[in-house]
Amino acid sequence: MKIKTLLLGAAAGALCASAATAADSLTVVSWGGAYTKSQVEAYHKPYTASTGTNIVSEDYNGGLAEIKSQVEAGNVTWDLVDVELSDAVRGCDEGLLEPIDPSILPAGADGTAAADDFLPGTLHECAVANIVWSTIFAYDSSKIENGPTTIADFFDTAKYPGKRGLRKGPKANLELALAADGVAAGDIYEMLGTAEGVDRAFAKLDTIKGDTVWWEAGAQPPQLLADGEVAMTTAYNGRIFNAVASENKPFEIVWDSQVYDLDLWVIPKGAPNKDKAMDFLAFSTATEQLAAQASWISYGPARKSSAPLVGSFHNKPDLAMGPQMPTAPENFTTALQNDYEFWADNADELNERFNTWLAQ
Amino acid sequence: MTDATTNDDGIVRAADGTPLKKRLGQALFRSRLRAFGLVTPLLLMIVMAFLLPVVIFLKQAIYNPTFESNMANVSPVLAQWDAVSEPTEDMYAALVADLVQARKDKTIGKVATRVNRELSGTRSLFTKSARKAKKLEAPYKEALEDISKKWVDIETWKAMKIASKSWTPAYLASAVDMKYNADGSFERKAEERRIHLKLFVRTMEISIIVTVMGLLLGYPVAYLLSTLPARTSNLLLILVLLPFWTSLLVRTTAWIAVLQGQGVLNDLFVVFGLATDEDRFSLIYNKTGTLISMTHILLPFMILPLYSVMKTIPPSYVRAAKSMGATNWTAFWRVYFPQSIPGIGAGGILVFILAISFYITPALVGGEDGTMISNFIDFHMRRSLNWSLAAAMGAVLLVIVLFLYYLYDRIVGIDNMKLG
Repeated sequence: MKIKTLLLGAAAGALCASAATAADSLTVVSWGGAYTKSQVEAYHKPYTASTGTNIVSEDYNGGLAEIKSQVEAGNVTWDLVDVELSDAVRGCDEGLLEPIDPSILPAGADGTAAADDFLPGTLHECAVANIVWSTIFAYDSSKIENGPTTIADFFDTAKYPGKRGLRKGPKANLELALAADGVAAGDIYEMLGTAEGVDRAFAKLDTIKGDTVWWEAGAQPPQLLADGEVAMTTAYNGRIFNAVASENKPFEIVWDSQVYDLDLWVIPKGAPNKDKAMDFLAFSTATEQLAAQASWISYGPARKSSAPLVGSFHNKPDLAMGPQMPTAPENFTTALQNDYEFWADNADELNERFNTWLAQ
Repeated sequence: MTDATTNDDGIVRAADGTPLKKRLGQALFRSRLRAFGLVTPLLLMIVMAFLLPVVIFLKQAIYNPTFESNMANVSPVLAQWDAVSEPTEDMYAALVADLVQARKDKTIGKVATRVNRELSGTRSLFTKSARKAKKLEAPYKEALEDISKKWVDIETWKAMKIASKSWTPAYLASAVDMKYNADGSFERKAEERRIHLKLFVRTMEISIIVTVMGLLLGYPVAYLLSTLPARTSNLLLILVLLPFWTSLLVRTTAWIAVLQGQGVLNDLFVVFGLATDEDRFSLIYNKTGTLISMTHILLPFMILPLYSVMKTIPPSYVRAAKSMGATNWTAFWRVYFPQSIPGIGAGGILVFILAISFYITPALVGGEDGTMISNFIDFHMRRSLNWSLAAAMGAVLLVIVLFLYYLYDRIVGIDNMKLG
């Protein structure tokens, strides 16, 4: 067992970039790019300024693999990790994460208790949400006149010819396919739970399979659009917004049937600076910090009290961030929350099915 | 050294009387020991950092104690169960006791994930029931049935029985699209879930094509390099080595820029009228893209061994053959080519083995039909966290490679290979 631990430790060391953790620093791991930048500006810098704690920011590509190997090897180098909801719940169930006492979270700026201030479903046994992000689809408005407005248009290659970009995996695609086939948001997961529902979703995907370019990393869709490789593509809303706001790309987001999800802070079990990590977690999910982050990227704050404080893009005062949020009322009418329980139960089977379908 | 003397008994002895043979043996033993001492650090490193981890990891392909070690009460009961009869009240009682314990130990998620691999939908069943398990009272069968009808479904129990076996062929079976049943039999998976065999075949196909393409492209280049004067050939060699020293990622990304729909190559096709602007060639995000970029990336591994072997082939042999009346073709095919076979063997094996485990390039440019088995191993390592299945797929891949190596040894002979 000892040898195994040792070797797993070596593997963990190889997996994660070497993390130098000094006594008075925190290692915070997130997704990189514009997203990490928004966190550095809104959380890390103010925290360092007020406490003097140095924050080492690392990037990763999602998933629980690194946390799992670190915890199992007893050599945890990460203090705080930004994960998706399904990973947070699964990691908690598998004992990979520290439980988080919600009483450490400060009350909202308007005095509401934290438990009421956070949006429903954003507080978990081992995780606290910071943002709401969304899978939407987008197109280049300089290339398509009278652009698409519904998810059905995305699947309609007769009306809007051209290639489509989709994430290479069943998650979100099956939901979108059913939505495009006329299934109401509330019935989608129930339908996907049946064999007929899954068949129906794949049949709908079949109609655009020949025209699809598959992407894997979040940075790809804006690039595919910019290169003209696809006429429209699904994407994470913040990536498209970033291309529009920072690079002045003429991209348009269609919010119909958006599939939204959460990003949450978790603390790996046995994190080297656990107490400090808890402190930072409470600090960064306070009303002001979440609102400040929203001026760097278009992901919705997980606290209700942050919404009124959301201002404009950090270097463009005339670009109001409110309407860019997935949670903005006009964007939210047909929104569907990603059902982590459904995916935790069915991901294995649907992944196999999806990959077999792709290979046909 | 002392002079050797011969005694009456005919044994050659050293000055101190020990037989020379023995002295020689001692001296040789000492030098062998020294040599072994010198390689010990390397040997230890290989064993500790390579062989052992590989073995430990491959063990996961057949050994997964998640269920048995966390569900201590129900596991022995499941082992006794015949997988046909109705589960008894005792079995339900054991299950509830384990659910309570696993919930307390925070291992219920691991157990639930393990069973869910065998039967989709059981994950939430386990986590949900474990949350309520503490409050359950006998009779447990009815109590669990109240939580979910799935508990009285025999399929759930069959899935648990499969998961409860720590030593299991289930993952290896899954790696070749078979399903291991609770009664110990195997059957093929449902057709829409048979993916792995397809991928193994595709991986082999891509690797073979890349090796053959590399040989066809690399052979003339290596020949040119080995026959030109040193000054020119060194310059050309740099052109081979430069991409070799460039990051794999950079080269792959460069191919994306060249091959994509709006890329350089397609633009040229349009300019020369080979394609219309609306109907450009799909050269990337498919198998074509994988083949082109992998061939380019692996080309130096073909050229360098070929070059080093060709460099040692004296040009006088071909000249001699021609002077004796051989045509250019005969001189090449009968004289030059056989001498270059060790280089072909080395380059071919090198490229093939690298190609079969390639993963970054297919991941980036593979699209739907250009991804390989390694991409799925990666997926199960990092995404689905199904390390046992990843290990099983790795084991199958290893067996395939070893088998090919064996075939190669039988057909060509492994000593007939030269890396330089």
